Amino acid sequence: MHNKTISELAQGLRDKAFSSVELTQHYLDRIQQFDGDLNSFITVTPELALAQARAADEQLAAGNATALTGIPLAQKDIFCTDGVRTSCGSKMLDNFIAPYSATVIEKFNSAGSVMLGKTNMDEFAMGSSNETSFYGAVKNPWDLDAVPGGSSGGSAACVAARMAPASTGTDTGGSIRQPAALCGITGLKPTYGRISRYGMIAFASSLDQAGPMTRDAKDAAIMLNTMAGFDARDSTCLDKPVPDYTANLDNSLQGLKIGLPKEYFGEGLDSGVATAIEAAIKEYEKLGATVKEISLPNTSLAVPTYYVIAPAECSSNLSRMDGVRFGYRCENPVDLEDLYKRSRGEGFGDEVKRRIMVGTYALSAGYYDAYYLKAQQIRQLISDDFKKAFEEVDVIMGPTTPEPAFNFGEKGEDPVSMYLSDIYTIAVNLAGLPGISVPAGVVNGRPAGLQIIGNYFDEARLLNVAHQYQQVTEWHQQGPARYL
Amino acid sequence: MSLEKADVEKIAHLARLQISEQDVPEYARDLSSILALVEQMGAVDTTGITPMAHPLDIAQRLRADEVTEENQREKFQAIAPATENHLFLVPKVIE
Amino acid sequence: MQWETVIGLEIHAQLATKSKIFSGASTAYGAEPNTQACAVDLGLPGVLPVLNKEVVRMAVKFGLAIDAEITPRSVFARKNYFYPDLPKGYQTSQMDHPIVGVGRLDIVLEDGTTKRIGVTRAHLEEDAGKSLHEDFQGMTGIDLNRAGTPLLEIVSEPELSSAYEAVAYMKKLHTLVRYLEICDGNMQEGSFRCDANVSVRPVGQQALGTRAEVKNLNSFRFIERAINHEVERQIDILEGGGNIIQETRLYDSDKDETRSMRSKEEANDYRYFPCPDLLPVVVEPSYLDEVAKTLPELPDIKKARFIDDIGLKTDAADVLVSSRELADYFEVVLKTSGAEAKICANWVIVELSGALNKNSQNITSSPVSAELLGGLVKRIADNTISGKIAKQVFAAMWDGEGDADSIIEAKDLKQNTDSGAIEAVIDEIIANNPNQAEELRGGKDKMMGFFVGQVMKATQGKANPAQVNQMLKNKIFG
Repeated sequence: MHNKTISELAQGLRDKAFSSVELTQHYLDRIQQFDGDLNSFITVTPELALAQARAADEQLAAGNATALTGIPLAQKDIFCTDGVRTSCGSKMLDNFIAPYSATVIEKFNSAGSVMLGKTNMDEFAMGSSNETSFYGAVKNPWDLDAVPGGSSGGSAACVAARMAPASTGTDTGGSIRQPAALCGITGLKPTYGRISRYGMIAFASSLDQAGPMTRDAKDAAIMLNTMAGFDARDSTCLDKPVPDYTANLDNSLQGLKIGLPKEYFGEGLDSGVATAIEAAIKEYEKLGATVKEISLPNTSLAVPTYYVIAPAECSSNLSRMDGVRFGYRCENPVDLEDLYKRSRGEGFGDEVKRRIMVGTYALSAGYYDAYYLKAQQIRQLISDDFKKAFEEVDVIMGPTTPEPAFNFGEKGEDPVSMYLSDIYTIAVNLAGLPGISVPAGVVNGRPAGLQIIGNYFDEARLLNVAHQYQQVTEWHQQGPARYL
Repeated sequence: MSLEKADVEKIAHLARLQISEQDVPEYARDLSSILALVEQMGAVDTTGITPMAHPLDIAQRLRADEVTEENQREKFQAIAPATENHLFLVPKVIE
Repeated sequence: MQWETVIGLEIHAQLATKSKIFSGASTAYGAEPNTQACAVDLGLPGVLPVLNKEVVRMAVKFGLAIDAEITPRSVFARKNYFYPDLPKGYQTSQMDHPIVGVGRLDIVLEDGTTKRIGVTRAHLEEDAGKSLHEDFQGMTGIDLNRAGTPLLEIVSEPELSSAYEAVAYMKKLHTLVRYLEICDGNMQEGSFRCDANVSVRPVGQQALGTRAEVKNLNSFRFIERAINHEVERQIDILEGGGNIIQETRLYDSDKDETRSMRSKEEANDYRYFPCPDLLPVVVEPSYLDEVAKTLPELPDIKKARFIDDIGLKTDAADVLVSSRELADYFEVVLKTSGAEAKICANWVIVELSGALNKNSQNITSSPVSAELLGGLVKRIADNTISGKIAKQVFAAMWDGEGDADSIIEAKDLKQNTDSGAIEAVIDEIIANNPNQAEELRGGKDKMMGFFVGQVMKATQGKANPAQVNQMLKNKIFG
C-alpha cells in the first residue's frame, strides 16, 4: 500500500480496496515503526488523523470525494495548524499551539485529506541539512549517515521512507528542491504568489513559497491543484485562475526547447551528479526536445545576494518572537530588555541568531546602501538573466544540487560552505520563478536530482516536462531499500 | 568586512539577542565570513539598476473597509506567557 | 539677545475607518482590552497584512485638499524597534515614498494676515497598542486594541514661528480633516494628536537651532502651553551658556512642564526597508479625479463665499466655517428663513451656540434643527414677532414644543400690528403721563424710550417697536 502514489491510493479508496482509516492507520504504524531513527516528524497527530480519515470515509461513501479525500499527508511544521503545536523547528515555538490554520491547511482540510503530523525542519527554515532543528536532525532514509537536506528535510525523508504518500514543504532558497533531490523524491517550488503564504511562518517574505513534495510529478500536480489559488488574506498571492495541473501531463515534448546554463555545469559539480544530469538530458532529446547552451551570467552572485535579502527580511520577520504574546519566555526577566534578550537568546538557535544578526547589520544605518540596496539591484540583474533566457528556451535544466547528500557535520564550522550547497536553487527564488526537482539517478547509493526551471506561472509545463521524463525512466520509483 | 567584538555586541543589542561573552568571538568569525561572501556583490557595477524589492511587478490589492474579525481573546491569550485582567504582562515599562 | 522660535508639527490623525489598516478588526474606541486585537494585530506567526481601501481613499482626499502631489506608487516600509505595544517588532509605515507629497495650508495670523505653511508630506502608518501602568506586581499591562488603527501622519515644514501659529495650524488641520470626514477629530480619545519639534535661534541666524521633540500634545491648550514652556526652557539654557540636547520630551499637563523621556534617549536605528508583505500602492490619475469629485467645499472657499457672496463679516464667517456641521446648519437657516445673513448668523452663533454650550450639546445633537431655527428667524424677519419674543419661542422649541409658527399661535405671541388698537393704547398712556409728554414735546428725546417701553409693556411685547415709534412721533409732534 505504501509504495503507491496519491493517484493510485485515490483509486484504491474509490474502489473500496481499503478505507481511509485503514490507509491512515497503515501510515501511522509505519511512522511508529521507522521514525524513531529518521526523526522526520516533530509532532504526529494520530487522533486527529483518524478522525479526519473517518470523515473522509463518509465523504467517499457519499460519493463527493475530491482527488485528495482520505489521502494521508504530512505537513511541514511551518504551517499553522489550529489546535496543534506549530514549532517551526524552534525552541521559541515549542509551546506554540497555533490558534488558527494556514490557508494551505484549510485548503487540504476542505479537500478532505488527512494530516498525519507535522514534519521536522531546520529552525525557521534556515538550513540546508536539517541540522539546525531544535528537535534534532532528520536522517536521510537512503543512508542514515547522510543529511536529508533542508529545510524541508522531514517532509522529504518521510515521503522517501514511505511514511506518507506526500507532504508539503516551503522553499526560500531551495528548501523544497534540495531535500527532494537528496532524498530521491519530486519537489515543486511554484511561482512566487501562486500559493498563499497566510499562516506559513515567514522566513523571508519576498522569497518564501510553499509547494508539494511527492513521489512523482503527477502527484505534485494533484497537490498543486489544491494548494494553488487566490487568498484574500495574502496581498502577494495572485488572483489568477488555477488550471487543472493534471490536464497537460501527457502532452508531447516534441519541439520543447531546453536551455542548459553553462554556469550550472562548471567547477564544483560532482562528476556523478553531472553524469546523471547528462543522461537525463539525453532522455529529453529522445523525447523530441532540443537542447542549447545558455548563460545566466550573474549566477555566482545569487548566493551572496540571497544572504543579504533573506537575513534582512528574517531579522524583521522574527522580531515578533519576543516572549510577550506567545512562544518561549525566559524565566524571571528582571526588566523589559532582559525579557527580550534572554527570551530570544535562549529561544533561537545559533544559525537563526547568525542570520538575524547579518540581516540587522545589513539594514542598519550606514550599511543599507552597500548591502541591502545593492542586493536588490543584483536581484534585478539575476531576474533579468532569466527573462533573457526564457526568450530563447521553454525550460532551463541543470542539477538541483552540486553533489548528493553529504554527511552530518561534513560541512564543518564555517556556515558559508553550507550556504554554497544551494547555489543552483537560490537564483530561482530571487527571481520568483517556479522550479521542480525530480529524481535523476543514484550516485554511490545517494540520489541526485534534476532541476527544471520554468517561466512565471508555467507550472503546468514544468509538471508536463517532469512527468514525461518519469514515463520513460524509473528513478522516481526507486527508494531506500529498507523502507520499500 | 571583519567584525570586531564591539560590532557583534552592538548588532546583538539592536536585535535584542543575548549572546554570552564567550560566544562573541565565534559569532564575530562567522558573521565576518558571511559578510566576506556577501561582499562579492561589490564587484558588480549596479549604477542605474532599479532595486527589485519583489519578484512580481504588481500593485497592492485593497480590501473593503469591513469588520470581519470577531473577538477571540480567550483563544489568543490561552497561549500567552503572562496575562492579567486580559492584558499581556511585561516587566514594567518606564517612560 | 533676541530669539526666534522655529516649530514643525507632526500631527497624527486617526482615519475614521470601520476596520483597521491591515486587518478586519474593529477600530471602535473604548472596547474591553484586547477584544479588538485579531491574529494580524497581535502579530501571530504567519499572519499577513492586506491594505484597507478606505485608508487610501482618505489619504488621497487629504492630499487633494492641501493641493499636494499624490505619489503614483507609494511604498510601505517597516520601521524596526522593540516595544511591548508594537506586536510585530516593527511599525508598518511609509518612508521614502509617502502617499501624499508636498502640499500647503494657509493660516490666519493675529493681525489678520495670511501665512502659508508648507506640508512636507503625509504618510500612512499603523498605530501601536497601549501600555497600562497600573501596578500588576510591578508589571505593565498591554492592550493591543489600538494596534493597527490607521493613522495619517501629517508633517509640516519648520515654518511655524510661535505657539499661536502652531495652534492656528493645528486648528486649521483639525477643521480640514473633519470637513473631509476622514477623522473624527476627537482629541480626548487620541484621534488627533500632535508632536512638536521646537527650536530657537538668534534672530537673523539662518541655521536652525538644535530641536527637542515634545510629545503627547492632545489639546490646543496643551500645545500652546507646552511650546511656550519649551521655548522658555531652551532660551534659559542658551542664555545661561548651555547647549540644547536633541531629545524627546514628554509634556506633563498636570505639572505644565516638559521632561526628558530617558527611555527613548538611546539613539535609534530603525532599519527601515520596504515591507515585503505589501506591494506598491498604485494610484491612477482616474482615481484621483474620482476622489476629487467627492471633495466638499473646503473651509477657505466657504469662508470667502460667506463674506463675498452672502455678506457676512469676517469674524462671523470664521466662526461658522470652523466646523462643516455648523456651516451647513447656518446655510439651512439662511435658506429656510429667507432672512438676511447677518441675523441668521447671529442666531446660530449667539443664541443657538450659547444654548448648546450651556446644555453640553453640540451642533449635531442640537434639539433645535436648522429647519426649525430657520422657521423662527423667518418670523422675526417678516415682523410676525420681535427679537425679544423670538427668544421665548426659541426656548419653547428647545423644549420640544413644536415649530415656531405653532408656538407663536399656541402662546398667542404674534406682534400686534392693528394700528387702531395700538393708537388707543398710546392715547391712554399719553393721557396718563402728561408731564412726560410735555418734556418730550419740549425736545427731551430720551422720553421717547419711556413711551415706547410703556406701550410695549401694555401690549406684552407684541407691538412692533418700529411701528410704535412712528405712531408716537405722529401723536406728539403730529
